[in-house]
Amino acid sequence: MIRQPAPKPDVLARRAEIVAGLAALLPPTGTIADAERLRPYETDGLSSHRQVPLAVVLPETTEQVAAVLRFCHEHGVRVIPRGAGTSLSGGALPMQDAVVIGMMRMNRILSIDYADRAAVVQPGVTNIGITAAVQERGFFYAPDPSSQLACMIGGNVGMNSGGAHCLKYGVTANNLLGLKVVTIEGEIIDIGGAHLDAAGYDWLGLLTGSEGQLGIVTEVTVRILRSPEGARAMLAAFRSNEIAGACVDAIIGSGIIPVALEFMDRPAIHACEAFAHAGYPLDAEAMLIIEVEGSTAEQDWLLDRIKEICGRFDPISLRVSASAEESLAIWKGRKGAFGAVGRISPDYLCMDGTIPTSQLPYVLRRIGEMSDSYGLKVANIFHAGDGNLHPLIMFDANDPDSFHRAEAFGADILTLCVEVGGCLTGEHGVGVEKRDLMGVQFNAAELDQQRRIKTAFDPDWLLNPSKVFPLPPDAPSVAEAA
Amino acid sequence: MSAAEAGLAAPPDEAGIAAAIAEAAARREPLSVSGNGTKTGMLRPVQAARSLSVRNLTGITLHAPKELVVSARAGTTMAELEEVVASGGQHLIAEPPDLTALLGTSPAAQTVGGVVASNLSGPRRVAWGAMRDHVLGVRAVNGTGETIRSGGRVLKNVTGLDLCKLLTGSHGTLGVLTEITMKVLPKPETTGSLALAGLDAAAGVAALAAALGSPFGVSAAAWLPAGGAARVPALAALGGPVALIRIEDFAASVAYRLGRLRDDLGGHGAAVLLDDDASRAAWRAVRDAEPLEAAPGDAVWRVSVRPSAGPGVLAALAPHGVAGFLDWGGGLAWLAGPADTTTHEAVCAAARQAGGVWMLLRAPEALRAAVAVVPPEAAPLAAITRRVKVAFDPHGILNPGRFYAGV
Repeated sequence: MIRQPAPKPDVLARRAEIVAGLAALLPPTGTIADAERLRPYETDGLSSHRQVPLAVVLPETTEQVAAVLRFCHEHGVRVIPRGAGTSLSGGALPMQDAVVIGMMRMNRILSIDYADRAAVVQPGVTNIGITAAVQERGFFYAPDPSSQLACMIGGNVGMNSGGAHCLKYGVTANNLLGLKVVTIEGEIIDIGGAHLDAAGYDWLGLLTGSEGQLGIVTEVTVRILRSPEGARAMLAAFRSNEIAGACVDAIIGSGIIPVALEFMDRPAIHACEAFAHAGYPLDAEAMLIIEVEGSTAEQDWLLDRIKEICGRFDPISLRVSASAEESLAIWKGRKGAFGAVGRISPDYLCMDGTIPTSQLPYVLRRIGEMSDSYGLKVANIFHAGDGNLHPLIMFDANDPDSFHRAEAFGADILTLCVEVGGCLTGEHGVGVEKRDLMGVQFNAAELDQQRRIKTAFDPDWLLNPSKVFPLPPDAPSVAEAA
Repeated sequence: MSAAEAGLAAPPDEAGIAAAIAEAAARREPLSVSGNGTKTGMLRPVQAARSLSVRNLTGITLHAPKELVVSARAGTTMAELEEVVASGGQHLIAEPPDLTALLGTSPAAQTVGGVVASNLSGPRRVAWGAMRDHVLGVRAVNGTGETIRSGGRVLKNVTGLDLCKLLTGSHGTLGVLTEITMKVLPKPETTGSLALAGLDAAAGVAALAAALGSPFGVSAAAWLPAGGAARVPALAALGGPVALIRIEDFAASVAYRLGRLRDDLGGHGAAVLLDDDASRAAWRAVRDAEPLEAAPGDAVWRVSVRPSAGPGVLAALAPHGVAGFLDWGGGLAWLAGPADTTTHEAVCAAARQAGGVWMLLRAPEALRAAVAVVPPEAAPLAAITRRVKVAFDPHGILNPGRFYAGV
């Protein structure tokens, strides 16, 4: 259960008038107000929380977005931006008195410029859709969240999404050049462009990851990169988490930065193997997937060095992929990890803290102890190079007690991440899920500083207002039914 | 104490910085904020009777090479930071320039705080990101004397608003940086460069685009006119304009990739390979803008445009007596020319025409006070800028007017 701000009675009372006003601004099929068709918008990737919104609008142009926001601003209506609805932190969870602005109809690629290595796309283009549009020329868009088949670039910007390959290529913020943004007042603002770096303030950096609280993105200029000649993965399995962690340190210490360096613990290995049949070693306590890039000769050379390093850590097995197909199979298990856990547990919560990598063995040991005391199983997947930890806590949503224990377990893990020098969220965003834990990471002055920035963009707190920041203790609120 | 130092406070620690700002806020007294003052000649001059320096906040506070992070107090010199990072076999990813000689404001050593506050990035920026991309965490004091942390010491962090990026490049106008944590990466085993001689700007930038669009991981790409190349010892012998392309990696990869680039780009001009030493020397010169021919009284600009527009900027400005060279694959024009309003307007027009931005990096104070040193923001964004400034610095005491008059 989370607290949500109390709906505004005047907005609920004027629902029909508001819906009619919105409908007048949009194409005939651009407004949804009947209960049955609102239902799909009641939740996102954090499906434990649900709330049917007041209405949904589906704009097709920046100007329509501006008109909708101007209208909502005038009428004091809260607004929830939504892309594909894949947020794992409840970033697109509606409110009873809020209008959801669905960006999925703005799904065109507007221009691709290979000489300047940039593409201009609308927010409803899927993450994979950008790469799909440029790969025939050998280019790609680098950030690759696990949800990349579905998630949209607008949501990626909102959450500053990462992925398995961001150890080398960075997260969304590192791969953007410009944005077109609509403010809550309906003003259209252009940030950046096809050039690098702002001359004044870095609004691009501030807006990226602002979780739809500062403005609504209607165009994104992304950097596209030329793909390397090739890539190949290897597996290394070890007898303990400590040993695998030490091996990661040794690889990084050797001067090699693999393009990806993924860590799975025993429960994750078993879940993924049962799902993908990738040939994962079931007798291992920990396993690394390591990927390198370059020509075939460069791959061989790098993988030989990494094999030699792994060999110093008494590995149970080392397997270097011999082909692109074998690499894909190795990745299939990892990329399908969430689905795999879903097969062995009716429900799971996916956590997303980041820790200093040296703390991994300690943190995994503590998570194991918590797992015992909460009586819930957990599988750990870890972007080992950058310290981003994804514990998947398994529970049964039909058992309210199990769900509440899972939520408490998750909060304990994230608190632990902060205690060891890390943070609450590495790539999923705060959303509603981690909102009430923000005080663990930030003090009151720091939260207030961030709130004042939010206010500078959105004085009436109409944009995605119940996310990220803990509600003021005295704010009128309701307990949302989980 | 000199007359200029009379109003200068340089507290020994963050608490002292916070106290000085709180006191100035109570008195509504503007502060000129700096480290060692090497960049006070950039942008608009700050009108303030008192100055506050972080120069005494020194020292490395965290160095964890296995975790790819380093933290330093803001007054630490860049030289010290680079030395410590190098001792772990690593380097600063954005390759920040040392513009002390070009700016000529102060002979002192530039500080970490100054480099981050001005988001200065060097040649590697085109492939590996700017300073702002690698600032993982900051501690800063806002305009009411509160200490604010943002980010942290881990590589991936999306918790709350990203004030690290906003404060990086904000030139001390929103908060005074007191400590910075950065991502670092292993220093490549070796470097090498391919120099293509005899190409004019358009042909040179086309070659750079082909190189940056290749699968070979080019880490820097610049075009120097004949005069600029002549100022770089490693390139002077080539006797003409040069398109310069760098690979940094393990030795075997550098050899392989440079070979492939030479084969693929051979049609673009006479190709010469630079070894590790020559390559490092050449790129250090490019990093610090040494190819720029700036007479002592000249103004200096940095103009950022889409890479293919760089040659057009040079061509448009040649009749105004403005000349320079191109880094970042053509996208960064380093320019020098007469320090007057008419010339500045011509630079602004050329940048605008190319859809890019400008920054006035060096000019007499009167010119910097009179013109738009960075592009003015459109009205709705300018309104947000004023409100965000107030959100950090309600009394407007931190480096007032540094970017925009009245902000």
